[in-house]
Amino acid sequence: MSNTHAVSADKPEFYLTEEHHPESSTMLGFWIYLMSDCLMFAVLFVTYAVLGRNYAAGPAPADLFDLKLVAINTAMLLFSSITYGFAMLRMEKNDRSGTLLWLFVTGIFGAIFLALELYEFNHLIHEGAGPDRSAFLSIFFTLVGTHGLHVTFGTIWLITLMVQVAKFGLVEANRRRLMCLSMFWHFLDVIWIGVFSIVYLLGVLG
Amino acid sequence: METAMSSSNNLTDFIFGRLSWNALPFHEPILVVTFIAVALGGIAVVGALTYFRLWGYLWKEWFTSVDHKKIGIMYVVLALVMLMRGFADAVMMRTQQAIAFGANEGYLPPHHYDQVFTAHGVIMIFFMAMPFVTGIMNYVVPLQIGARDVSFPFLNNFSFWMTTAGAVIIMMSLFIGEFARTGWLAYPPLSGADYSPGVGVDYYIWGLQVAGVGTTLSGINLIATIVKMRAPGMTMMKMPVFTWTSLCTNVLIVATFPILTATLVLLTLDRYVGTHFFTNDLGGNPMMYVNLIWIWGHPEVYILILPAFGIFSEVVASFTGKRLFGYASMVYATVVITILSYLVWLHHFFTMGSGASVNAFFGITTMIISIPTGAKMFNWLFTMYRGRIRYEPPMLWTIGFMLTFVIGGMTGVMLAVPPADFVLHNSLFLIAHFHNVIIGGVVFGLLAGVNYWFPKAFGYKLDPFWGKMSFWFWQIGFWFAFAPLYVLGLMGVTRRVNHFEDASLQIWFVIAAFGAFLIALGIASFVIQLIVSFLKRDQLRDTTGDPWDARTLEWSTSSPPPDYNFAFTPVVHDHDSWYDMKRRGYVRPLEGFKPIHMPKNTGTGVILSGLSVALAFGLIWYMWWLAALSFLGIIVVAIAHTFNYKRDFYIPVETVTTTENARTKQLAEQA
Amino acid sequence: MPRLLKLVRGLCALTLPLALAGCNLVVMSPSGDIAAQQRDLIVVSTVLMLLIIIPVMCLTVYFAWHYRRSNVNAKYDPEWHHSTRLEVVIWSAPLAIIIALGAVTWISTHKLDPYRPLDRIDATRPVSGEVKPLTVEVVALDWKWLFIYPEQGIATVNEMAAPIDRPIEFKITASSVMNSFYIPALAGQIYAMPGMQTKLHAVINKEGEYEGFSANYSGEGFSGMRFKFHGLSEDGFGQWVARVKNQGSALNRDAYLKLERPSTRNPVMYYATAETGLFDAIVNLCAKPGQMCMKDMMHVDMMGGGGKESEENRKRLEYDARFSTEMAPGATHPASGQPSHSSQDPQGVNEPASGNNNGHSGHGDHASHGATPAPEQLNTNTKP
Repeated sequence: MSNTHAVSADKPEFYLTEEHHPESSTMLGFWIYLMSDCLMFAVLFVTYAVLGRNYAAGPAPADLFDLKLVAINTAMLLFSSITYGFAMLRMEKNDRSGTLLWLFVTGIFGAIFLALELYEFNHLIHEGAGPDRSAFLSIFFTLVGTHGLHVTFGTIWLITLMVQVAKFGLVEANRRRLMCLSMFWHFLDVIWIGVFSIVYLLGVLG
Repeated sequence: METAMSSSNNLTDFIFGRLSWNALPFHEPILVVTFIAVALGGIAVVGALTYFRLWGYLWKEWFTSVDHKKIGIMYVVLALVMLMRGFADAVMMRTQQAIAFGANEGYLPPHHYDQVFTAHGVIMIFFMAMPFVTGIMNYVVPLQIGARDVSFPFLNNFSFWMTTAGAVIIMMSLFIGEFARTGWLAYPPLSGADYSPGVGVDYYIWGLQVAGVGTTLSGINLIATIVKMRAPGMTMMKMPVFTWTSLCTNVLIVATFPILTATLVLLTLDRYVGTHFFTNDLGGNPMMYVNLIWIWGHPEVYILILPAFGIFSEVVASFTGKRLFGYASMVYATVVITILSYLVWLHHFFTMGSGASVNAFFGITTMIISIPTGAKMFNWLFTMYRGRIRYEPPMLWTIGFMLTFVIGGMTGVMLAVPPADFVLHNSLFLIAHFHNVIIGGVVFGLLAGVNYWFPKAFGYKLDPFWGKMSFWFWQIGFWFAFAPLYVLGLMGVTRRVNHFEDASLQIWFVIAAFGAFLIALGIASFVIQLIVSFLKRDQLRDTTGDPWDARTLEWSTSSPPPDYNFAFTPVVHDHDSWYDMKRRGYVRPLEGFKPIHMPKNTGTGVILSGLSVALAFGLIWYMWWLAALSFLGIIVVAIAHTFNYKRDFYIPVETVTTTENARTKQLAEQA
Repeated sequence: MPRLLKLVRGLCALTLPLALAGCNLVVMSPSGDIAAQQRDLIVVSTVLMLLIIIPVMCLTVYFAWHYRRSNVNAKYDPEWHHSTRLEVVIWSAPLAIIIALGAVTWISTHKLDPYRPLDRIDATRPVSGEVKPLTVEVVALDWKWLFIYPEQGIATVNEMAAPIDRPIEFKITASSVMNSFYIPALAGQIYAMPGMQTKLHAVINKEGEYEGFSANYSGEGFSGMRFKFHGLSEDGFGQWVARVKNQGSALNRDAYLKLERPSTRNPVMYYATAETGLFDAIVNLCAKPGQMCMKDMMHVDMMGGGGKESEENRKRLEYDARFSTEMAPGATHPASGQPSHSSQDPQGVNEPASGNNNGHSGHGDHASHGATPAPEQLNTNTKP
């Protein structure tokens, strides 16, 4: 309390004479947002747990999923998380071009992930296993698709941030934003691990 | 498809989707009259605003404002407007049920009546109670914790406009197309594509989704504000009770609204993409929806009631001139209610045929909630003990609440006993119960809050005479309107019925309609109270900033507070910190002001909200081009907004000094 | 308890002489043992809670009055805000009540579980071993009730009867959307849900005509979805069954599919015969010939699904869109391209099952049915 006046026992100071700057709420706020997003995924996972075996006398995971493709896909997303980590390390070193480079690599991995996912969806729909075939496929497409949509928005956000970092440099606001996107990106990774194990692995092997 | 369909027809389909002239309700005289009235009223308002050149003022000072106080007030205005709409629906229902017996079919055929009760529920919960609660929290919380604004001021503005966008979407359904005919929670399969093919359910879905974005974000915002922005010295256990209940409410919002969002997304996919989440066929499971929606729905009740509890706690302490009895147990009770509210959802459908053990579990958890609630009731009671009670309107509402709410609580516990629920579920007894807690708890609390904090927000008190009129009309009207419903419920009358055969029921419905009329007088008195107070504002002026001799920080600043709330950030030593300051001889600082760092206004929230309305409209009417364009617009505007790095400014020290000196003068004159 | 009931009635009578005749609190004075026990629970829980609510209300009023500002004689102690002893009381008093009520809840919820077969006919008479419950299969249709009596081989629409003092076992389902099957005088309600079967066990103890209805909003015709429930003597029930058999036509799949079409305020209808297995088919969403039944689908799913080449299964499983495909687009509903799920032709459903009734006025008017014998069935391929 260096910035308050001398405090006497019976008449303490009741205000700060210096400007008060509460610490930034952004990280906390964004973290709360991620938890709320997590709850949305929780609903989808719960729905998968309830409806995931309602094949409506139609195809089951073992008939549909190509684990090799999904493994590659998973690797892409995991790599992108690592490269995002590298970008953050470069940011700490105040290295603008290094940050941009690793962000770019992250974006590429994200795009490959999305492309593979779209390929898989397209393939399934052409096999007559679209989201309207059965409750299982409805929740499969919704769960995986919601994750994919998040990755899409993450990628758009990533591109935006790259432009902003290139234009305005690693200023305080941009660092905060990069931190937020970092949390978002790793969060999507965690969700994907859930999707991969519960939907794909348990689906095909379980 | 018909061969005669020309290319121009295709073009019309492309442009207008499923919207056509038929969607406009020319054939419904009630709606035509309403539309004319609304249109005339709208023209009058627009004309007046233009004539008095108020558009620029409104845009600059209000619509684009990121000041939590102005946003709070706008929320409350939205809530009051929607209260009128929701109440009009209530009056229509009461009238229909009072006359539709035997050969008389009443004036609302099922097609219309079913929309009315759905709209009534949706509007009262989502667009009256929610914005009202959010508005008061927005206004009061930063002031109570000694902050200059919320954590994310722009987000706050955006949240408000998204809530408003949701309300606009719901209101559009009145004149373009129709609203859902499914009940306020839109249970599938009835709300599915095959049993409700029209636009009604789509209006419902998109209205709630757009508003839900606002609600969730405002929840995040207020949590961050309370956690991070408290004045130095204000530990958690020194926070005012209203701030505590707001914190719990916002935790509930953030923890439940995503569930609502996800559930509605699944319903949307069923309707738009043909998935099978909640259909009867191909593996869908409608019971899943009922579970999910109530996992949101029950905490929602506590989202509404907890802030009301907080308001009563502040009011009772202020008007008894006494510290709140059992502060710690009040806080624990609030937290316990917050947690327990997640463990009771199944009591909304004991009759679905879950096993006895499941039903009993949820019945008992429901009853357990009444323990902390009972403790709260006792705390208020013993705050009055050895107090000096001043009967201003806020205190009247509080006493009215205590006497009314216990009855609602009692009938709630009755409904929590599963076998008793089997005979009372979906009956008018249930309707009476939840109106008993929502009107007797939430609405009374909000009106107490408005009467209590109005002088803070506008610098003059509300007229006590009309406040008392409003209170008595509401209080008596409430019992006339809902006591008959308790009786009818015990007579085995169920809800949502638009016509009865048994003429012996009619007298009860007539009494209930009379009760609704009394409540209408209560609302009218409230409106008169606002007008009279405005006219008598010089007499009712509050120059002290502390008109009630109250106890928390918001009363330490002027009424209305300056943009920056506090010239110097307060330091807190005790809860009831303003009382503590007064007691220990706090002297208001008169010099040494500094420039104050504040966020800048922005119009992005309004623009995004407008685009959201367009997006929802496009989706509802299958005007895919409109949906795509407005969606793209939202992305572009949002990205463009992030390119604005200069979002703050400093209030120059001269301005602060002038403002504070004016207050010094005012206080001196008063003394 | 009866005394309390009298009190309630007395209050009714006192406060509103006008409504004296109307004050039939059926929930508080039912005629079936299950509903009576549920009524008792309401009374017990109310009394338990009044133990705490009445003191609170009295204290509120007393404190509010006594500590008003103008009463300067009242003690004023602005710093008094804590008392451990009082806190213990204010938490433990509600706790004690809830423990009592929780125990009552746990026991009664199990005892009055609607799925549990009855063990007593009323407070004094247990169910004897040899009595077989009367089975009634209930289907909530848009917007009417179908009752199938497998034992008697008959079916009715919007009218139900049962002999007094004989346990009834209801099996309940719905054809399209959720409803709730509720006869307040008999027993509490239970949801009627498509593709699922719920159960209710109950018994009626007094002869009489009672109201039954759907207690869960189900769309346009919901308000008119009412029926009369007759509690009859053993003989009276026999006569009622005989009357249904004499006057009714046959309920086979075809007749059911016609009946299933949306209609509002249906008159009472009788079916002299009901196809065996029809209820089972309705529960499994396969009343229509060619549909795959839910239980078969579930079996396939259990075995790991139907594989990729299963488009045929999908067609046989589609159920919800069964009406919309047959209707002309854009006909009735202003706000959509498709017609709403509403009554297209309320009279049409009466063909051919009781086509002769079209001229009769309406609800519960079953006596007039007897005037003409049942028409010859157009469709006679009922399975034996």
